[in-house]
Amino acid sequence: MASLRDIKSRITSTKKTKQITKAMEMVSAAKLNRAQSKATAFFPYTEKIREVVSSIASGNEDSEEGISHPMLEARDEVKKTAYIVITSDRGLCGAYNSSLLRHTYKTINERHQSPEEYGLIVIGRVGRDFFKKRGMPIYQEIVGLQDQPEYGEIKNIASTTVQMFVDGIFDEIYLHYNHFVSVISQKVTESKLLPLNEFGAEAGAEGDSKKAAMEYIYEPDPKSILENLLPHYAESLIYGALLDAKASEFGARMTAMQSATNNATDRIDELTLVYNRARQAAITQEINEIVGGAAALE
Amino acid sequence: MKTMQANVVTPDGSVFEGQVEMVTVKTTEGSLGIMANHLPLVANLTIGAVRLKTESEVQLIAVSGGFIEVRPDVVSVLAESAELPSDIDVARARAAKERAERRLERAKQENIDFKRAELALKRAINRLNVATGGQ
Repeated sequence: MASLRDIKSRITSTKKTKQITKAMEMVSAAKLNRAQSKATAFFPYTEKIREVVSSIASGNEDSEEGISHPMLEARDEVKKTAYIVITSDRGLCGAYNSSLLRHTYKTINERHQSPEEYGLIVIGRVGRDFFKKRGMPIYQEIVGLQDQPEYGEIKNIASTTVQMFVDGIFDEIYLHYNHFVSVISQKVTESKLLPLNEFGAEAGAEGDSKKAAMEYIYEPDPKSILENLLPHYAESLIYGALLDAKASEFGARMTAMQSATNNATDRIDELTLVYNRARQAAITQEINEIVGGAAALE
Repeated sequence: MKTMQANVVTPDGSVFEGQVEMVTVKTTEGSLGIMANHLPLVANLTIGAVRLKTESEVQLIAVSGGFIEVRPDVVSVLAESAELPSDIDVARARAAKERAERRLERAKQENIDFKRAELALKRAINRLNVATGGQ
């Protein structure tokens, strides 16, 4: 049986760990709040671009010139696919990174035979290390983003990625990230970033009723508006996914730290019980010895 | 005078929201002034100042590209970055201007990304203009 002093020191160290996890839990909760309000602030921006793009896309159905854009059309042959994987920089957030990376790894292995067929764009240290270790082709990477990333920070990587699509290096781009469902639940999500063929389908479905009322004047013309807008839209989608992933990260970390704190509490209770029992045993033994000694003297 | 709702939105959040009488922007085709009840319009913006005239004052905002969407009662400016004069770091903009100028100077001989330097210069000048014009 461990000595009283050993148990005592284990209790102390567990208490200290608990303090840390408790603090991290609260920090994550605060960061989560900010991440969520940031995502809310960002939402109108994409929504607005979406509206305009879809009204242009739906408008061109009946106009004779027919505005199309390479970013809106699926390519006949997909030679190379890009995956944008958003992970965190730091650990201690439960299964946040591992479940995402496992999913991405599996997807890639199922879809592609050789590394020639895909490329990775990684955000976050954990993901970068994971793919680097496995020797998978990383085209771009960015680590050490702020907790509340600003658009400027990922502007470069986003526009380069979109440009790679335009240049024909990639024929399809997917986003892999953890979608924020609730504080305790994050969902590994794959969404298609480019080509943006959602607009074509949407235009047919609801294009007539609401959108027809909003007949825009385009200055200078719809084509150049699209040319300006679509890259912005794609970039903002990447940023949106990043904000979503960040919120999930803090949610995951908060939950992980909460359960760590709970576990620490349980452990402390257990150890305290063991400690008290051992103390009791020591006292009983001492009394026995004294009584025994006194009896021997008589 | 009749007013309309104006919003200036960036990915990092909203910069301006309020009732204005007139919005003046710089599009790729030239300057454009918009008052209430304008026909729906969409236009590309270049680096420049957005001028928002409210009842009492004129608010300048430096934007770097983006676009404007006009509806009869709402005008939205969407830009990657938009700054109020008070948010502009004048010293930094001035340094950026000098850096861009040096780069352009060198670009004549060496193979430096001319366009990028030019854009950086435009952005810096725009910021300085807005920052000083707003006071």
